[in-house]
Amino acid sequence: MAAIYKRELRSYFTSPMGYIFIAFLLFVSGVYFTAYNLINAYPWFGSILSGTTFVFLILVPILTMRIMAEERRQKTDQLLLTAPVKIIDVVLGKYLALLTVFAIPMLFLCLYPLLLLMFGKTPASLAMDYLGIFGYFLLGACNLAIGLFISTLTESQVLSAVLTFLVLLICYFSSSLASFIPSTVNASLILITVLIIVAAIVIFVMAKNVFLAAGAACVLEVALILVFAIKPELLEGVAPAIFGIFDVSGRLENFVYGILDVTGIVYYLSLIVLFIFLTVQAIQKRRWS
Amino acid sequence: MIEVKNLTKKYGDHTAVDNLSFKVEKGQIYGFLGPNGAGKSTTMNMITGYIGATGGEIKINGYDIFEEPEYAKRCIGYLPEQPPLYMDMTPYEYLKFAAALKKIPKENREDMITEIMDRTKIFDVKDRLIKNLSKGYRQRVGVAQAMLGYPPVIILDEPTVGLDPKQIIEIRDLIKDLGNKHTVILSSHILSEVSAICDHVLIISKGKLIASDSPENLTKHLQGTTKVSLTVSGDRTVIEELLAAEEKIESYEIRPSDTEAGAYDIELQGKDTTDLRSLLFTAFAERQCPILQMQAASMSLEDVFLELTGGDREESEETEEAETSTAKSEEEEENGGDL
Repeated sequence: MAAIYKRELRSYFTSPMGYIFIAFLLFVSGVYFTAYNLINAYPWFGSILSGTTFVFLILVPILTMRIMAEERRQKTDQLLLTAPVKIIDVVLGKYLALLTVFAIPMLFLCLYPLLLLMFGKTPASLAMDYLGIFGYFLLGACNLAIGLFISTLTESQVLSAVLTFLVLLICYFSSSLASFIPSTVNASLILITVLIIVAAIVIFVMAKNVFLAAGAACVLEVALILVFAIKPELLEGVAPAIFGIFDVSGRLENFVYGILDVTGIVYYLSLIVLFIFLTVQAIQKRRWS
Repeated sequence: MIEVKNLTKKYGDHTAVDNLSFKVEKGQIYGFLGPNGAGKSTTMNMITGYIGATGGEIKINGYDIFEEPEYAKRCIGYLPEQPPLYMDMTPYEYLKFAAALKKIPKENREDMITEIMDRTKIFDVKDRLIKNLSKGYRQRVGVAQAMLGYPPVIILDEPTVGLDPKQIIEIRDLIKDLGNKHTVILSSHILSEVSAICDHVLIISKGKLIASDSPENLTKHLQGTTKVSLTVSGDRTVIEELLAAEEKIESYEIRPSDTEAGAYDIELQGKDTTDLRSLLFTAFAERQCPILQMQAASMSLEDVFLELTGGDREESEETEEAETSTAKSEEEEENGGDL
């Protein structure tokens, strides 16, 4: 794992990618910091954190697009997978390298609240600022895990970058989308049915088994209709809630307002674990099919 | 050393490797021979644990590659068809990375890398980026990577493809050298290569093992009967009488020689494996018919290969492929001869 981590980290700094990532992130946060906090003398540092979450849409694909796709294209994955190393170690080594590159601009970001101290801030607000940066780091780490997973799915860096961008974009707008969705029982019924169909298609593609896919879909659909028939009020508001799950950047709000949001931490960590697990599974799947 | 049992790999409906079983003994050089698409690379990828199998089992030094992959993989050095090189690294950095990946103890790494770079003759380029190296050097970096840690089994997938004749000879010498201490498995569709370096040949076609023996035995075994071609000067009726009378001759063809006036070219086939040459010599000498030239035609590994893989010449496309590979090997032999 250490060897893969070192190689990966090194490759970010022998190519322009690592520098572009760090420079762009610092540039955007620097501009926001200057405009909000310094020129307008606005004391709340968290505003620049929640204001700059859009940079992940561009920067995360840049960082993650080649991480797995390029290994596959150059066939170097043959070296990694035939070496006495576990797949999870390969994935973790790479993910930690991503986190390290991401942590570098975060360290710079930690200096900004100290600058604000010159204008007379209290230590309490300093804790609030660092909590915000912690939340920001979790959000970035979560996006990187998504990018890592998508890069595993394809051999093409371009496709990997575009897909990652689209997925992050949908997540970014999911809270706005959720507000369009009616919270009625019928809307929930339709949305859940659509999701069941999607799940059935995924099962069919993965397992190549029509009966399994159709069976699972039928069982779920019957369960849904039973709930609808017996206790329809359970379904109320489910549709917007489903969209809310994808609202990755929305969870940052609590952190920047100075709330140590345990559900937020659990949400981010479980997404990271989920996508690392999916990455390992995607590699395994390719080996065995 | 390596035990493969009923190995099968299916891609959808296509069976790439079909119920393959064989054993690899210690300290020998094994050659995997087969036309393109015969399943050589797939088999090697399964042995090294890169891909899974649809069925069957593979044991390396007693470790099952699917059950205990980490122990099994430690026993293998693998050079895939396309060397798995990172273009943004130098050979030295790359080998250091590979050594760490293979969990070679830190204190041995430097010495081992230096020694291996020396043996594969890449020491001169060790600080150049791999993307700037020629194909021959890249291949050697790949071989160096497979040798790292001196694993008991070294598997090389088409190690000489794309190299110039001099590099081919160098790599072959290196492989022969490796064969002294390691078990080496290499795949090739070049027959002369396999017959030159391997102690044992496994011929694969359409994912099935169709022959497994030493190159000599393969040619001997499949030859069955002897063939002799000779040029005799003398009277045609006398010659025909003689040939007809001889019991050990199964069939013969006779025609006037193109090159020698008043002589006849004869191709004859024996009934069994006894050498007919001395017998023919005395017989013709008794009748005062001088033999101008005589040659025992033996079957080359190429003939064996064609016979085994492309028995039905008209329809199959592998025959074509086999022929291309034959052509390639001939071409390559010529190249080798030039040097």
